[in-house]
Amino acid sequence: MKAVHYLNQFFAGLGGEDKAETPPVRLDGAVGPGRGLAAELEDVDIVATIACGDDYFAEHEDEALATLLAYLEEDPPDVLVAGPAFGSGRYGYACGTLVAAAAERGIASVAAMHPENPGVDAAGKAYVVPTAVNVAGMRDVLPRLARVASALAAGRELGTPDQGGYLPRGFRRNYFAEKTGAERAIDLLLAKLGGETRTEVGGGLDRVEPPAAVPDLSQALVALVTEAGCVPQGNPDRLPAVRAQGWFRYDLTGEETLSAARYESVHGGFDVTLANEDPNRLVPLDTARELEREGRIGRLHEAFYTTTGNGTPVVTSTRFGREIAGELREAGVGAVLLSGT
Amino acid sequence: MLAKEIERAGIPTVYVTSLPTVATMIGANRIIRGPAITHPFGLDADERRRIVERAFELLETEVEPNTVWEVAG
Repeated sequence: MKAVHYLNQFFAGLGGEDKAETPPVRLDGAVGPGRGLAAELEDVDIVATIACGDDYFAEHEDEALATLLAYLEEDPPDVLVAGPAFGSGRYGYACGTLVAAAAERGIASVAAMHPENPGVDAAGKAYVVPTAVNVAGMRDVLPRLARVASALAAGRELGTPDQGGYLPRGFRRNYFAEKTGAERAIDLLLAKLGGETRTEVGGGLDRVEPPAAVPDLSQALVALVTEAGCVPQGNPDRLPAVRAQGWFRYDLTGEETLSAARYESVHGGFDVTLANEDPNRLVPLDTARELEREGRIGRLHEAFYTTTGNGTPVVTSTRFGREIAGELREAGVGAVLLSGT
Repeated sequence: MLAKEIERAGIPTVYVTSLPTVATMIGANRIIRGPAITHPFGLDADERRRIVERAFELLETEVEPNTVWEVAG
């Protein structure tokens, strides 16, 4: 079976940082670490090595990808292997982006890099084998990478991430367990009491460092954001009560309070009767205006942002948050009061 | 999640919610416990003012991750 191996300019022997602008090239056979990889592969030959400078890829992603994919499509391999990139961000990003694109085109692909390399996200649904943070981990990763690549080339099932030796991709598969959930839960509890924390369902939520405190709110532009589904009376933009697909921005110019006549909540996840008697109970505009007049805050942002935080998948609310954050940043907002339920 | 993404953009954010446990799980960092799901800022304007003032105080305070503050009174 045939493999193609992707390397950056350094590992392909083209040069160091000085050659980071090298456009994609195709070399015959295995090169550099590809030789060590080839020795570990089972029934798979590395027929070609494709390489690209890390900076070239970063700065000309569309062209680089097009060229690299063309190399692959000329003579499609049974598996594409990219890296190992270890902790190198640009290289990892190139590997991840390339394997994701190749996988979309039906070429079994696997990259290798450190679990915190930003390239892991770029790899999407393609496989990523974890590595140490730097090249000292080369000898350790090659056999593991070869095992995954050989399995992919042969069309063998890899099993779960633990079984297959790759990073979780966020998929869930159903299977019949031998023990009931109750029995497995007791097993996990006993293990935990014995000092070993195991879980069947992974965490998956990252952490964000708390931003530095606002030095002085009386100088700050403060914005109101809510996920309590507060909207103008009549819900003109049809914000859903559940499974919101978007968020809205409503102008607050001249508004001193959120009166029940002009605003309401459409959140389907709690009883909105009290909130609809006085929408300030959800988005405290009257109080915020009072404090603005008193100089406790510099200025209240001219609009508030709203969505319904009810049955919203993590990936969707993450997108909302990023989009709203983008607008707030552009507007120079220095602090946010977010109301949930 | 909104809190976390806005914080990720570097904007200090205080999240008023009656479910601080959930907020902590998600990873929000400045959290004020509100009295109820149906009215996280309380019922009357005085209570609302106390909660908002506490929230503003939290915005001006350096914190460890997942800090939850109660509101007195």
